[in-house]
Order: sequence, then C-alpha cells, then structure tokens
Amino acid sequence: MTNMKSDTAPLLEVRDLRVSYPTRDGRTEVVRGVNFTLGRERLGIVGESGSGKSQTGRAIIGLTPPTGRITAERLAYKGTDLLTASPRQRRQIRGGGIGMVLQDPRFSLNPLMTIGQQIVEALRSHVRVSGSDARRRALEMLERVRINDPERVFGLYPHEVSGGMGQRAMIAMMLIAGPDLLIADEPTSALDVVVQIEVLAILDQLVAERGMGLIFISHDLRLVSSFCDRVLVMYAGRVVEEIEASRLSEAKHPYTRGLLDCVPRLHNDRHPLPTLQRQAEWAV
Amino acid sequence: MMPEAYNPPAPGWREWLLTERPASRRQARLGRAYASWTRFASNRLALVGLAILVLLLLVAVFAGLIAPDSPVVGGDLRTARLLPPSAAHVFGTDDQGRDIFSRIVFGSRLTLMIVFLVAIIAAPVGLLMGTVAGYAGGWVDATLMRITDIFLSFPKLVLALAFVAALGPGIENAVLAIAITSWPPYARIARAETLAIRNSDFIAAVQLMGASPVRIVLRHVVPLCLSSLIIRVTLDMAGIILTAAGLGFLGLGAQPPSPEWGAMIADGRRFVLDQWWVAAAPGAAIFIVSLAFNLLGDGLRDALDTRG
Amino acid sequence: MSDLHGKSGTGAPVLIADALGVDFGPFRAVDGVSFEVRPGESLGLVGESGSGKSTILRAIAGLAPISSGAVRFEGKPLGKRREKAFYRHVQMVFQDPYGSLHPRQTVDQILSEPLAIHRIADGERRIRQALDEVGLGSGFRFRYPHQLSGGQRQRVAIARALITEPELLLLDEPTSALDASVQAEILNLLEEIRQHRRLSSILVSHDLAVITHLCERLIVMQSGREVETLTSRQLVAGEVTKPYTRELMAASEGFRRKEPVPA
Ligand SMILES: Nc1ncnc2c1ncn2[C@@H]1O[C@H](COP(=O)(O)OP(=O)(O)OP(=O)(O)O)[C@@H](O)[C@H]1O
Ligand SMILES: Nc1ncnc2c1ncn2[C@@H]1O[C@H](COP(=O)(O)OP(=O)(O)OP(=O)(O)O)[C@@H](O)[C@H]1O
Ligand SMILES: [Mg+2]
Ligand SMILES: [Mg+2]
Repeated sequence: MTNMKSDTAPLLEVRDLRVSYPTRDGRTEVVRGVNFTLGRERLGIVGESGSGKSQTGRAIIGLTPPTGRITAERLAYKGTDLLTASPRQRRQIRGGGIGMVLQDPRFSLNPLMTIGQQIVEALRSHVRVSGSDARRRALEMLERVRINDPERVFGLYPHEVSGGMGQRAMIAMMLIAGPDLLIADEPTSALDVVVQIEVLAILDQLVAERGMGLIFISHDLRLVSSFCDRVLVMYAGRVVEEIEASRLSEAKHPYTRGLLDCVPRLHNDRHPLPTLQRQAEWAV
Repeated sequence: MMPEAYNPPAPGWREWLLTERPASRRQARLGRAYASWTRFASNRLALVGLAILVLLLLVAVFAGLIAPDSPVVGGDLRTARLLPPSAAHVFGTDDQGRDIFSRIVFGSRLTLMIVFLVAIIAAPVGLLMGTVAGYAGGWVDATLMRITDIFLSFPKLVLALAFVAALGPGIENAVLAIAITSWPPYARIARAETLAIRNSDFIAAVQLMGASPVRIVLRHVVPLCLSSLIIRVTLDMAGIILTAAGLGFLGLGAQPPSPEWGAMIADGRRFVLDQWWVAAAPGAAIFIVSLAFNLLGDGLRDALDTRG
Repeated sequence: MSDLHGKSGTGAPVLIADALGVDFGPFRAVDGVSFEVRPGESLGLVGESGSGKSTILRAIAGLAPISSGAVRFEGKPLGKRREKAFYRHVQMVFQDPYGSLHPRQTVDQILSEPLAIHRIADGERRIRQALDEVGLGSGFRFRYPHQLSGGQRQRVAIARALITEPELLLLDEPTSALDASVQAEILNLLEEIRQHRRLSSILVSHDLAVITHLCERLIVMQSGREVETLTSRQLVAGEVTKPYTRELMAASEGFRRKEPVPA
C-alpha cells in the first residue's frame, strides 16, 4: 500500500487553487487563490455563507459541476496530481483515499433509497463483501456514529429520519470507506451539542490513531476553535487569515473579529446582537 | 455574501432580461425564459433540430402554396406513372402518377397532427396519473400504478394493433391507439419525480397554509415534473412517428389515398428494387423529422434540467 | 436576559399540549409531553437529536399525527382535520432555507400563495409590508430562490409565515443552516417582529445561547420525553437539576479532548 511518494509528500498540497463559473459577464471566480498544505491534522475552514468553503472542498475531491473550471499551480494528494490524474486514478482516490461529507444531507441522500441501502452501497462500491456482511458493517457504523437503534434507522427513508440522523448517516457512509483524508462540510450542524461532541470524538480518534487528515468546514467558530489544530478564515473566495485554532479569539482580521462578535453567548446576553458591517476592502 | 455583480449604467434589453432584480412578474418570467433559451441555443444540434421542426411547421401550414400538384389526384396513368426524380417531379412520381414531393408536403400535416394529438392526450394523462399516485400514496398509488403496469406490460405495437382492429382502421383511431399506449412511461416519470419532492419542506409549507391536495398537485408538484416530462415526450416523438408510420405501413393507420408517410412507404415497397425513390422519399422524411425531435429533446434537457 | 421577560405570559395560553404523544408505526417519537405557550411568549425546545422536537412542531401544525393526548389551540382541541382558519393562525419556518422555498416560484409567487388560499384581499400591500418587515426591499420581490443567499431565503420563509398574520409561529432551527453573521441578523429580526406583533412562538434549536437569547422558558428533551422545564434565567445561572441538562451545558462549551494529543 505504501510507496515512496506517499511517505514523503504531504497528504494534501493546495497552491493557488481557483474555481470559476461562467456568468453573463465572463467568468466569476468563487475561489480565488487558496493555498494550504495538510498533514495528518485537523484543519478548520470557517467563513460566511458563499465565501467558497464548500467550493474549495468540492474542487479537491473533484465534485465541481461540469460548468465550473478548476485551475491550480498544484493540487496534489500524496504527491499525485489530482488535476492530471486519469479518471481511473481519480475514482480510486475518491473511493478509498479522500472522502467528503457533503453539506446538505437532505439533498445528498437519495430520497428513494433507505439509509441502510445507501450505506451498504457506499461500502460495496469499493470493497467486495457479501450482502449479510455489508449489512452487519453498515449497522456497526450507524452504531458508531451514536445512532440509538441502528436496526430501525437502517430501514428508514431520508424523510423519515431527523435532521441529525441524516447527517450522521452521511458521516457513516463516508467513514465506512476508511478514507485517509476526510473533507467534512458542516458535518455536525444539525446535531445536538452532546452528539456533536461525540461525533467529533470519533473523527478525532481517526486522526490520532489512523493518521487521517481532516478538513473541517464549519461556521461554528466555538467548535472549530476547540476542535481543530489550525483554522483558515475565508472571505469572498480568499483566505484572509490563517491562525492556530486555540488562538482564534486573538484573531487580527476585522472580518474574523466581527464574526466572533456576533455569536450569541450564554453569559453575555446582548439585545440586539451586533451584526457584521462588511468592508469593501476585505474582498480585494 | 459575494459582492453584487456590477450593473452597467445603460441597460439594454439583454440586461433588462437577465437582471438579478426584476421589477415585475413579467420581467422575471421573461428573464427566466431567456436564460433557458441561451442554454438551449448554446447547443448547435438542438438548434438544427428546432430549425427542421419550424420548417416542417411552415411546410404544413403553406402546403397548398408549396406543393406543385395535388397529393391525391394522379396524372395520366400511362405517362406519369413511377417517373424518376426530374425537374418536373423533384422526388419522382408513384404508381398512381402522383407527385411524391407534393404528397410529402401534404403528409407533413398528418405527421404533425398525429404528433400533436398524441402529445396532448398522452402527456396530460400520464402527468395526472403519476402525480396523483405519487402524492396520494397508499391505495390510490397502488391502484393507479397497477393500471399503469398493465398497460406497460403489453408490447406497444401489439396493443395499438388490437385497438385499431377493434375500432377500425383510420388515422383518428391510430392516434388514439398510440396515445393509449404511450402514457404509462410518463406516469412513471411523473410519479418518481413526485415521490422525490412530496416530502420536501416547500410542500410541507404549502400544506401548512391550508392548501387543498388538488391545489398542491396542480400548482406546486406539476410544474416541477413538467420539464422532465417535456423532455421525455419530445424524445418519444420520434418513436410515435415511427409507430404511426408502422401502423400506416400495415394498412391500419391512415387510409389511401391520404398521403401519410408510413403508408407511402408501404405502397413503395412493391417497387423498391426498381423504383427506389417511391419508398426512399417518405423514408427520408420520417428519418429527418425523427432525428429533429431527438436533437430538440437533447437540447431541451440542457435548457430545462437545471434548477432555476 | 431578553427585555421581553415579564411583559409576556399574561392571559389565557395560546397553545396547550397535554400529554402529547406521536407514534410512527410501533415507534413512539414523542411520549407524553405537556407544555403551554402564553400570548407573546417564546418557548424553547432543546435536546437530543431525534428526540422529537421537530415532530412536536409538526404535530401542532398537522403534518404529523397526534396519537395520544391533546393539543388545544386557543381553547379548541386540534384534530386530524384542521379548518382552514387554523392555518392562518399557526405558521412554521423550517430549518433548511434551501429546501423550504419552491425552486420554480418567484418570491412574489411564494408570498401570494397563502393570500390566494385564504382569499385575503389587500395582497399587494401585504406583500410589500411583509418584505419590508423582514428587511428585503421590493428589489427582491421577483427573484427566484436560486438568486438569493441562504439568509435572504430564510427571510423570505419568515415573510411567508408572517403574511397571514399568525398568532403562533413555529420555528424549527431557523438559524442552524446559517453562518454566525446571518444568524445574528435573523435573530434580531425575529426579536423585532415579536416585540412588534406580540407573537407567540416555539423555537427549536441546538444552541443553548440562541434559545436563551430569544426564549423565556425552555424544555429539555431526550428520547421523546421531557427531561425538565426551566426558565432561561435558571439555565444561565446553572440552576439545573437533571444530569442530561448538565451534559448539554458542558457540551455547548465546545470540544474537549480527553487527554491532550502530543504535538
Ligand atoms: N454551480 C455554480 N454555479 C455558479 N456559482 C456557484 C455554483 N456553485 C456555487 N457557486 C457560487 O460559489 C460561491 C461559493 O459557494 P460555496 O458553496 O463554496 O459557499 P460556502 O462558503 O460553502 O457557503 P455556505 O456556508 O453557505 O455553505 C457562492 O457565491 C455560490 O453562489
Ligand atoms: N415520517 C416518519 N416516519 C417514521 N419515523 C419518523 C418520521 N418522522 C420522524 N420520525 C422519527 O421520529 C423521531 C424524532 O424525529 P424528529 O425529527 O422530531 O427529531 P428532532 O428532535 O427534531 O431531531 P433533530 O434535532 O436531529 O432534528 C426520529 O427517531 C425519527 O426517526
Ligand atoms: Mg457550503
Ligand atoms: Mg429536527
């Protein structure tokens, strides 16, 4: 499994990543030159809606819709260039190498298949296992993501599970493939805080024990600062600040500061909440 | 939020159509239609398909002006029979001494009529069956879908044949037979789409306003099923033309002397080795029109399938 | 705490749930939950994911079956079939602003629908007023949902809920799909509307700070049951009695690693 390349190269290298879409006035870049290198660590990406977080994640795993164009000086997974990889190589990487928990479980799950069928499908698309084995492993996975009665949830359709269950089903689908790099796009936004912490503990364990790399996209600043090692703050397609997660509260950029300020706090109730006044120069 | 796209100071009609801030219902709707049209028009082959069909429509409307001769009354049987293509008869003449070009021109009316009638009978029936079954669920769904299955399990042409045999040959009955056999796939598509959207929040939101199920199906579910249905119907048109031609060929569709293209091929079959043009001209017409519908369907898929 | 505290909570309750139970086949999603909402009051629901919070709202709205117990709205018990007027008085805002607006309808069509259903006459004025109230100018009136950001969509959903001038607003995690800055805007908006209209509401959220920001009282739920009911003040002061509530409070501090991972 291991080769020379993968031992020395970082898990993921991203240099000058750009994603653009055609609009009637030419192309609009929604990701505008993102740089970072990821080791076996937890990297957080925060930023407001539309700042390009998901587009960055999707570009890495190759889920940009056909109208979008990706360019990068370098976009490499374990030394393999993702932009020039053959479709076969890319499929392999997508199966066992990189996994992504998509942002919206309601849109990402097939409404006509049960949760269980979809997890089994995810497993069988890259490992050969018997039907009963696949079922057993899917049930185990559901249990691991703290679903109380996996047997019942296995047979439910997406509209029959609660928001948080759908999200965990999505995580189970990704984890069952055992990826080396997991891109988790808002994986816990619909979970209650207790389960949220439990699910993060699973991801944490995978990073610590298996050396998985994790890109954690979220708008929950409190969570990111307590869970990740490093944080990238994005605004209008660019990384405006990179900071050690534990020192997020000391962030310098006015945007990051503004974002931190508008969160309601249990012990400091303000009415009305301060809102963010965007400055034009942040977007340049 | 990304910075707003810049607005040029003097807006032309294109800007007016594509603005992010339409000022009226009409502008929003036109803008949307225009955006679909641009997507459609970026597909060259689809434009070719559309052009062919527009041409067909014009030919049908102005058949009387375009056709040099009568489509049913032949020339002198001794001198004008089975003439090869020439300046006087571009596609030659058939065994009754009739100008094949004129027959094809008038035949376009029949073809368009068949296509139009089948579309307005089969598509709404399929749409209604599918959306009602999908939205109501339970025994309504089970009953409607079993009916659909029964119709689906018969081979199309055989069922059409049975109908025509029962009702008697003729173009109206052929149309009816084709319509009756072509709605089940539409019902299936509409039902699948409905199932996928009936549990979405926007449907829950209208239920919560107290809307009746009829209103929800007609105003909220049907518009979402429409685009995939239009695409499918367009792509099916080729098959419908061929089935109609097939019935005509078997003598169960249009009756002589009406210039239906399938029946014309059937006539020409007897001379196909020596007077090839008699069968080749209507064959080519069927082929081109079927192809045009397929190209159009592909283009519509690009234009209608995306959200928004 | 909210400056609304104290002002609200007088008069007969708008909604009373008495041992409400909801079954899906053999599964009991909500198991005997009782509460009341007084006029102008905002009640919070927090708790475990899958504990039946959304189901309670859906049962009140008539989107999920009431299997046992009773729900009374303005004194009248709610059955399986609701009269049309009921839907004028109770409205809901969903969690996901991307899924709750019809993708092929303009904002104008979306807002006109409730007016058409209830045959409300002065539609034009109401639509303009509703858009103003949620802070969207008339420039947004003829846009399609795909031309709106998540926060703008949620504003449209709120405008749709307000247009029939309801007495009770059901809010199912209205801000959890939105980022911090938009969340603050929407929370401010909801608070303003409440003050302005003396609207009662039930708010579901995972974020204790959001609940205490908007609500006077809250119910903590686990596995379809009520764990405890307390005031926001009690929660903030840490005066909680049940271990699950304590666990929730601890978890909302953020992630804590068991043993620090060596660098
Ligand atoms: N298919 C597409 N065509 C054109 N523009 C797109 C497309 N997909 C996304 N965009 C645009 O790209 C920008 C970045 O979107 P992205 O989904 O990455 O935001 P995000 O940071 O993940 O926001 P959120 O927190 O709401 O998920 C947005 O302005 C969006 O409108
Ligand atoms: N239509 C349905 N059919 C079967 N079970 C359902 C249905 N709707 C909800 N449930 C079940 O009811 C339970 C409660 O769901 P609900 O959506 O109310 O949870 P919730 O408290 O809102 O959770 P979350 O915070 O994750 O949204 C879940 O176990 C769910 O699987
Ligand atoms: Mg995103
Ligand atoms: Mg819920």
